[in-house]
Amino acid sequence: MSQFTDEKLKQIDQEAIILRRKKKFKDFLQTVGDHSALITMSVIFAFPLFMVFIISLMSAGQAETRSFWPKPFVWHNYIEVFTTVPFLKWTLNTMFVSVMGTIGVVISSVPAAYVLSRLQWKGRHTTFLIILGTMMLPGQVTQIPVYIIFAKLGWIPSFLPLIVPAFFGSAFSIFLLRQFFTSIPDEISDAARIDGCSEFKLMMRIVVPLAKPAISAIALFAFLGSWNDFFGPLLYIAENPDLYTLGIGLNAFKGDHHTETSLMMTASVLFMLPVIVIFFFSQKVFIEGVTLTGVKG
Amino acid sequence: MTGATSLFQKKGEVAPPRKKLKVPRLFIFLCLAPWLFGIIFFTAYPMISSFYQSFTQYNIIDKPVFIGLDNYERMFFEDDDFMKALKNTIWISVISIPLRICFAIFAAWLLTRPKRGRNIYRTIFFLPSMVPAVAATIVFTYVFNPVYGPINKGLEFVGINNPPYWFLDPSWSKWALIILGLWGIGDTMIIFLAGLLDVPKSLYEAAELEGASGFQSFRFITLPLLTPVIFFSGVTGVIGSFQYFTQAFVASGQVNDYSKAMYFYATHIYQTAFKAYEMGYASALAWFLLLITMICTLVILKTQKRWVHYPNGSLFK
Repeated sequence: MSQFTDEKLKQIDQEAIILRRKKKFKDFLQTVGDHSALITMSVIFAFPLFMVFIISLMSAGQAETRSFWPKPFVWHNYIEVFTTVPFLKWTLNTMFVSVMGTIGVVISSVPAAYVLSRLQWKGRHTTFLIILGTMMLPGQVTQIPVYIIFAKLGWIPSFLPLIVPAFFGSAFSIFLLRQFFTSIPDEISDAARIDGCSEFKLMMRIVVPLAKPAISAIALFAFLGSWNDFFGPLLYIAENPDLYTLGIGLNAFKGDHHTETSLMMTASVLFMLPVIVIFFFSQKVFIEGVTLTGVKG
Repeated sequence: MTGATSLFQKKGEVAPPRKKLKVPRLFIFLCLAPWLFGIIFFTAYPMISSFYQSFTQYNIIDKPVFIGLDNYERMFFEDDDFMKALKNTIWISVISIPLRICFAIFAAWLLTRPKRGRNIYRTIFFLPSMVPAVAATIVFTYVFNPVYGPINKGLEFVGINNPPYWFLDPSWSKWALIILGLWGIGDTMIIFLAGLLDVPKSLYEAAELEGASGFQSFRFITLPLLTPVIFFSGVTGVIGSFQYFTQAFVASGQVNDYSKAMYFYATHIYQTAFKAYEMGYASALAWFLLLITMICTLVILKTQKRWVHYPNGSLFK
């Protein structure tokens, strides 16, 4: 003990304080560094979105100059876009296709996922593997004959080819729901079965309410998938301007309206807005869904 | 099971139907019926049919005419657009798949750093991947416009006098598409973020005690644990790049891509099938695409033993 004189102890204390300060300073620098990197990245990610919004408020002439700030702010663009092009019609068309498609996916995928995860039967593993396989299959391989089927049915151009397939189950949604249903303990079902509950009732009254987060996730993915879809509408409705969805309409904008850049940006903002709003309200569901399956839509 | 039920049975009583063991076949069938119908009419039949059509000449109106392997021969010997599309597609896959994975890891890693505000940053990083592809592409063709777009304005401002013409320049347009893809990295990033957050903290602490540098702990702890996610992104990336369509199609429509620098495999199938109505030849193209993606996926699958680490076993192991 004698070697620890007061002086020495003091010295050690001092050193400890300096070390702690150094550490604190280092941590502080690191935090500053991290946040500046994150803020830079955020600016890069947000920049294009910010720019569309800014340009959507410029006059048609100004959008094609090198200026950076609207002068004056042409809020009128947001009305004009509805009068120069049938924007409302496009929106309603897109809405109709997306809502119907979502309903189709949910009512066809929930029961399929239910029997694949909650019931023991021969062939269920094979069925599941087939579903996984169809998820990996490039769409082009089936696209042409499917198109021919719809053409022979006389469904082109119409919304039917965009909606009807949704009612026949989506591999992705069945997969996601199955993963979730599997995590619900079997005891719950067993208890209900012993009480004489029918399978259908069991599914609707017990499993579906418990799986609400997963069902909202697939509904969201299905909705956004058809809202953002371009290829489907391009094949099936691009012949008839009355049936245009927002994606097709926006893409046709250039040809029809001699590149009114600012209006095109206005339309883009309105096209993205519902998606962004939905995302803000359902971020958690969304991110969990992506994390669970690794894919979007 | 009989033992368990007989406990509640008095002698002479008829056993109640054992509900638990009975498989409700009708219920199962009804639940799977829509999917079954779908897989037969929208997957199985189309696959068989397109395989057959790939050996025919078929324009929808007339009956398909069997022409043997002519379609496949035409691909390699008579179709310049096919070669162009194939080259473009391979080029963009080779560059953009690794780039996307690196960028996703980097963005996800950045998101694991801060103690506060992670959710706000995550929202901003993720948001672009939600934007409809058509809108995103139109926005990018504006932002990267060489005359009035803000990107080149900025580049000139920092002293770059001859910034590229991006979408308007055949040698730069693919880069612009790659940047557009990187901007929408959100969904890939989220999977990597989940992977990064799964790495046990104790591993890093142990490495720090052993005196490992930041880079070393990334190289020997983080990276090996991320390999399953990298593997997954590689496979989906290959499948995705052969189906890469919307962005390239919209962008080339916006800028009139005469040189076909943004002409990809999926565009070629679209043009052949739905513009030229050469259904037979387009089917052959589609089957060739399936073959290529299958080979690429198999190669990744076969090599995975050497570089993919599964801590808890996996579906593919």
